[in-house]
Formats: sequence, C-alpha cells, structure tokens
Amino acid sequence: MNNYSERDLIIIGGGPAGLAAAISAYDTFKAAGIETPSILVLERDKVLGGILNQCIHNGFGLHTFKEELTGPEYAGRFIDRLKERNIEYLLETMVMDITKDREVTAMNRKQGMFTIKAKAIVLAMGCRERSRGALNIPGYRPAGIYSAGTAQRLVNIEGFMPGREVVILGSGDIGLIMARRMTLEGAKVKVVAELMPYSGGLKRNIVQCLNDFDIPLKLSHTVVDIKGKERVESVTIAQVDDKLKPIPGTEEEYTCDTLLLSCGLIPENELSNGAGIGMNPVTNGPKVNESMETDVPGIFACGNVLHVHDLVDYVSEEAGNAGAHAAMYCLNGDKAAAGDIINVTTANGVRYTVPTVIRPDMMGDALTIRFRVGNVYKNCYVDVFFDDERIIHRKRPVVAPGEMESVVIKKEMLEGKKIKELNIRLDLNEG
Amino acid sequence: MSEKINLTCIGCPLGCSIEVIKNGDEIESITGYTCKRGHDYAQTEVLAPVRTVTSTVRVKGGVNPVVAVKTRDPIPKSKIADCMKEIYDITVDAPVAIGDVLCNNIADTGVELVASANDQEL
Repeated sequence: MNNYSERDLIIIGGGPAGLAAAISAYDTFKAAGIETPSILVLERDKVLGGILNQCIHNGFGLHTFKEELTGPEYAGRFIDRLKERNIEYLLETMVMDITKDREVTAMNRKQGMFTIKAKAIVLAMGCRERSRGALNIPGYRPAGIYSAGTAQRLVNIEGFMPGREVVILGSGDIGLIMARRMTLEGAKVKVVAELMPYSGGLKRNIVQCLNDFDIPLKLSHTVVDIKGKERVESVTIAQVDDKLKPIPGTEEEYTCDTLLLSCGLIPENELSNGAGIGMNPVTNGPKVNESMETDVPGIFACGNVLHVHDLVDYVSEEAGNAGAHAAMYCLNGDKAAAGDIINVTTANGVRYTVPTVIRPDMMGDALTIRFRVGNVYKNCYVDVFFDDERIIHRKRPVVAPGEMESVVIKKEMLEGKKIKELNIRLDLNEG
Repeated sequence: MSEKINLTCIGCPLGCSIEVIKNGDEIESITGYTCKRGHDYAQTEVLAPVRTVTSTVRVKGGVNPVVAVKTRDPIPKSKIADCMKEIYDITVDAPVAIGDVLCNNIADTGVELVASANDQEL
C-alpha cells in the first residue's frame, strides 16, 4: 500500500471529523464484505487529533461516551479506533489541491509532491480563527496580539506563557477557556470585551471561566485602540451602540502586555473552492445534501469545514454520517441522482441549516437537521413546514446563536408525500 | 447571620439568575430557578462547589515540553489554587500516557492527578 496513486476514499484532515469519518467509512466497507478497505487520511500536523490536542479542558464526550473527557482524551479514543482498524494515514502531509474529478495533490518530506486518484473524498479540514486583520482593529501593531487558539497552543503544547497582563476581545468559548487558563498559570486577565449584547460562549464557560475568577465580562464593548511600539502597552475599549459603533466618551484604557482575540471561526475552504464546490454564504462551508455530499458528486464534507460546531460530539456524529455515505458512494456510485429533491429553507430567526437538500430516496430512517438562530429568543417554538403544512411545533424555553439546534426528520413523515420545500423557522408569537 | 448569594445556572442556555439565602451551612431559601436542575445546581454550588482542574506539568525528555493533566475527579473549588501550586512543582519523565497517575493526593483532596494526554520520548 505504499504506492500513493489510487485509493477508494481519501479523507483530508485527521482531526475529530476526519477520524470519525474514516472509522465509520471503514466499518461500512467491512459490512459490505470488503476485506481491506482502501482509505487514506491526510493530516498536515505531526500528530492526529487536530485542535483537540490543545483543548486540555474537560467537558468533551458527554453525548458520545457519557462521561466528561478532556480534548486529548476524546481524540485518543478515536485515534485508538483508527489504529485498531489499521486505517492508513500520512502525517505532516499538506494537501495542495483537489479537483472535481477527485484527484488529490499533496506533498510531504518523504514522498515529495504526489497525486492520488480517489473514488470519493471527505473534506475535514476544520476551521481557523478570525484574525486581527479580518477584524480591522485600529492602533499600533506591536507584539503581544494573539488569537485565543494560538495562545492556547503556546500554553498547553509548547509550554510557555505569551503574556502576564491580558485583555481578551470576544467571548467565544476559546476566549473564555483561555481567560481561565491564563489566570490559573498566574496571569492577570483584566477584562473580556464582547461586541454583541450577548456572549457567543456557553453559559457553563461564563460561570466557570469568568465568574469563578471574578473576571469582568463587558457586553456591547469593543477594542478601539492598541498602544505600544515593540510590545502591547495598553488596550482601550469602548461601549458600542445598537449599530455596533463605538460611543464617544465611553473609552476605558487597560494597561496590559497581551491582547487575545476570540472573535469567531471561519471554515477553511480554500481546497473546496479550488474544486468548484458550491458554498453556503451563511456558513462559509459547502452546501451539502442529506448524505453530507457537496454539489460535486463523490466529495463529502463534515465537521468545522462544513459549519462551525460548539460540541465535538456533534462533529463526530456528523462526520460518521459523512464517512458512511462516502463509503456507500465508493461501493454503489451515485444511484439517486435522478430521484426527488426537497430543498431545506429557513425563515424567521433561523440563519442556516445543514443539510440544505434532502433526497428522500437516499436518507436513512431518520435525519438530523442542524441549524443556528440569529439572536437570543425566549419561549419560542421551532416549526418545521412541509410546503404549507406544519409538521413539527416544538417549544423551546430559550434558543441562542451560540448553541446549535437540531430537528429530527423521520423517513415515515415524508412517505407518500410530494414535498418540494422543507422550511425551518421560529414561531415567536405564542408563549 | 444570613448571606445572599447570586448565581447563574449552567444547566442550559437560559442561564437563570438564582438567589440563595444561606445561614452558615443552612440554606434558608432558593429563588429564581425554573427547573429542578437549577434548584439542585444552586444547592451544590452554595454548599460544596467542586471543579475538575485541568492544566499541564513539565516533561523531561519528551517531544513536547509539557503534558496535559487533570484531577481524576472534581475537587473542592476552594482547593483550586493549592492544586495549581502543587501542579507547578511537578516534573515527569517521558514517556507519559493518558491515565498515568502523577500524584496520588493532589492538594490533600484525596483525588489523583492523572495525565490526560500522551508525550513520547524525544
């Protein structure tokens, strides 16, 4: 198997999504009687596990394993499963290009540059953090400005502290987690500023990472200035109005040597764009159908490259689905291409769904549709309409942008019906 | 002497504001919760709050200079600072594997400190 010219299935990325996709694809091939499934995982880092390796806090795996694990432990369980199955993987291997015809060009130090033909591909490249450049923060450009994830890597893997006095912009979960981590390591976290009037992080993290250590969270605040020539010397934050514009006169200057940015994650889709895959402008990830297949036949997507998740358990579940369908594609080809198609659409408070297309012939007994809402709503209903008919009307005490929602569509609900559109929306009028 | 404690429930995204009136070790009242989980959370959080501590310890001769660790079970919240002080003084030799016990009784809590990641020998 050392000849890298052809494989049935290539998985790009060996993080939580890639691992779960590979394992479930392997099991699908085996169940179909394939003795040695031809699967290759390509990972650019030195180790498998992706971002979980630096997420040393606990709280992972409550859904999957019914216990609280740390990131490396959660990854470790999937890496063990991959190795038990002898699934082939290459480390320190960077994928340069993929084509519509499923040719993958990659390079590493041993093999140099090489091109592999695949019957199917699973995209599992994950996401990256929004950078200072993308945020357009004014001020000087000294050392000491890090993304929260970079700081997390420095502290938890490389073993050194990026600073002693810290201001954090953005209250995403990584920012909150790093506020606690830096505090435990002896740094002083002076304030966490959040542009929006609500935090994008989980409640649990606000309480256990900020409140436990008396770190103030300033909602509707943003950074308006950074001072310091060689190194950050101070950061000025100001309150913003309802159009998110800073309000003059509300500026407060914090002396500090470090600014951490935790302002959102962007799916990493350069490879997908190169292959001409259709993208969803809301998620910045590929549009997929019920099988997690993109609009390029035989190319599937899962995990944070598809849409940014807050719980890794859902990544594993979604990736398992993608891997199984990719294996089925290798075995059967694209059988359902001519079948019925239902478009999944959104309205009233629902920002996006994954998937956006359902082919009833291809779905299993039940399909989980994941979605996010655009604001915090209390006492609302999640409604699912099949064309004009309301099928699901489920009460939710609260929904928030930071917590992914889902509805389950059972195959029997669709049977005997000719549906063109499945619409998911919030009903805010009752309750 | 009664004491008023304000909490945010972590049970769900609703994040109810809960007010607990406490007199010594006696809870006099809990208000503001909207479900049983909220009530139970407030009770534990006021009488005996616990946290799992995760951090890193130095590794000698490993691929990485540090390895992730955690308390095997949650420890009293009041012991977090002592726990971190002891963690700071621990250095282990590579290799380290997930589950290795690095300290039997961290900060006198009776709880083990275990490795939560692997580090190979360099």
